[in-house]
Amino acid sequence: MSKAAEIDIVSVSKVYGMTTAVEAISLKIPAGTYCCLLGPSGCGKTSTLRMIAGHESISSGDVRLGNTVVTDLPPAKRGTAMMFQSYALFPHLDLVDNVAFSLKMKGVDKEQRRAKALDMLKLMQMEAYATRRPAQLSGGQQQRVALARALITDPEALLLDEPLSALDPFLKIRMRAELKKLQTSLGITFVHVTHSQEEAMALADLIVVMNDGRIEQAAPPREVFERPATAFVARFMGDHNVISGRVTCERDGMVVFDVNGGGSLAACGRGQEAGASIDIAIRTDHVRIGEPPSPGLGFTGIVSNIEYRGATVKLSITGAGIDDFTVIIDDSDFFARPVALGDAVPLAWDSEDAIVLGRIHS
Amino acid sequence: MTVALERPAIAAANPSKRRRFSHGAVTPYLQSAPLALILGAFLLLPIIMIVVVSFWDYDFAAMYPDLLTTNYSDVLGSWVTWKTYLNTIKFAAIVWALTLFIGFWVAYFLAFHIRTTAMQMVLFLVCTVPFLTSNIIRMISWIPVLGRNGLINSTLVHMGLVPKPIEWLLYSEFAVVLAMVHLYTLFMVTPIFNTLMRIDRSLVEAARDAGASGWQVLWNVIIPLAKPGMAIGTIFVVTLVMADFSTVQVMSGGQSASVALMMKNQMSLLQYPAAAANAVVLLVLVLLMVAGILRIVDIRKEL
Repeated sequence: MSKAAEIDIVSVSKVYGMTTAVEAISLKIPAGTYCCLLGPSGCGKTSTLRMIAGHESISSGDVRLGNTVVTDLPPAKRGTAMMFQSYALFPHLDLVDNVAFSLKMKGVDKEQRRAKALDMLKLMQMEAYATRRPAQLSGGQQQRVALARALITDPEALLLDEPLSALDPFLKIRMRAELKKLQTSLGITFVHVTHSQEEAMALADLIVVMNDGRIEQAAPPREVFERPATAFVARFMGDHNVISGRVTCERDGMVVFDVNGGGSLAACGRGQEAGASIDIAIRTDHVRIGEPPSPGLGFTGIVSNIEYRGATVKLSITGAGIDDFTVIIDDSDFFARPVALGDAVPLAWDSEDAIVLGRIHS
Repeated sequence: MTVALERPAIAAANPSKRRRFSHGAVTPYLQSAPLALILGAFLLLPIIMIVVVSFWDYDFAAMYPDLLTTNYSDVLGSWVTWKTYLNTIKFAAIVWALTLFIGFWVAYFLAFHIRTTAMQMVLFLVCTVPFLTSNIIRMISWIPVLGRNGLINSTLVHMGLVPKPIEWLLYSEFAVVLAMVHLYTLFMVTPIFNTLMRIDRSLVEAARDAGASGWQVLWNVIIPLAKPGMAIGTIFVVTLVMADFSTVQVMSGGQSASVALMMKNQMSLLQYPAAAANAVVLLVLVLLMVAGILRIVDIRKEL
């Protein structure tokens, strides 16, 4: 339908008075990618999106869309379209006029713009509601109209600010699938801001995890989940135990470190100085009950909580200086050899499951 | 959706529980009684009395209960009345146009160009400062400004811009309109400010995203959404101007007439039934105007 554009963000910063919302981030979003900006509230993801859209001035740095530097262009001249968090549909206009709004601003005559808006509503399967006002629609329908309004400008990139946050959980999952389908069929670049890692994993080709105005990791979902770059990413993506400690020595290609006030563990990695602090991540579902294959790849702890979750059982373990170590095991494994609250159990994992995390703030 | 569906079910499930807290069918009437009494005693009763009196007979000394239509034929049959009504409607139209224009821009400035809420409130309170004095004082304070030897005239003469003082500044229709605009603009600012503050700012961004220029945003988004506030302000201003007599009397120096002034004169001549008939006609006219405004703009969203 329209050409997609690569978005290139070059050391862009946003400063509000004394506070820095976005700190010199650089990011390249390839054309036709579904990119999710992921992070907790206040991490600068929305500011970044608004700077790409042109609704926020850029304090320093440049944004390039395709071959044009758009840093100083007004929103409508950038070839981007934005979909707002609350959809921002005009309450006084019916759906056709809402969708046709940008054409009206361009001075397209009434018949022509209404016909095109109706086509757009058809694409979103909303033509039956064409004469209604936004207040008469459900959240999911409003979102479709907002999409139609954004796409009628033939944008090269669609920017979505928490598009699913106003929907109930069931609708969220349905609209998520529709967004993905739409992006695939249009082939344009989508940049989607969200604080839900589940949403990001389900949709994105490229996840950009942000924290404190910086990018912690920008990678495909599988890489972000399997090889989180920092402790923040591992914690934010969930399903990881993050353990901190101090390096004592290196042995057989493994870093050995002491957990503060506890035992000694090992992880794959090299080049760590003795005495340096280190974080490692271990997937909760890659831990098993049993003796470790080699020293440092497990510890023994006390079961402090057991949660039955159907297909899996979640155990919380305390020991070796680690407060809350989570283990997810299959229900069949658990009931074959059940453990009880207060039991001391040995835990073990394979050497490749202990991932040494980097630090970007040091 | 699901919440809305569940609510009646919950209510139906506990009918006994709900009943225990109510005291039969009387409760809603008791709850509405205070307001009904106040409105009945201070609004409905006086209006009924005026309507009743408007059919009475009178002479120079007393009123006689009767059912005559001569008061109405006198009011509607005299060309003086028609002229006075037209004059009043003319004032209402001019003052409405000016207060709407000024009021909208003041409200727009306060709502969109003042960034902090605290500053908005401070400036809004500054707008209301004139209301700390009475209508009459604010009106009379124009006299030393506009008079023959007033501030403006003496300045103009002093600067040699005019050879002799301008006569039409005071005791003229210009003075009446000026004073009314001064008195009533705030009644336009307040409801418009209120509607503008409720406009979701992301709508403005969405319009900009769609390529709208500043004027296009104003014309296509802000003004349509401010219409209910404009309608409420219009009702305030029109009803106030239609019923005004003191401003017309003081500022025109008795050279201009308004319906309310005509009624006041009738009352000072003890022609109460004639004044009452006039009042009923004015009331009907104003109610028709309000009904017209409500037909054009849906203000229910605001209330």
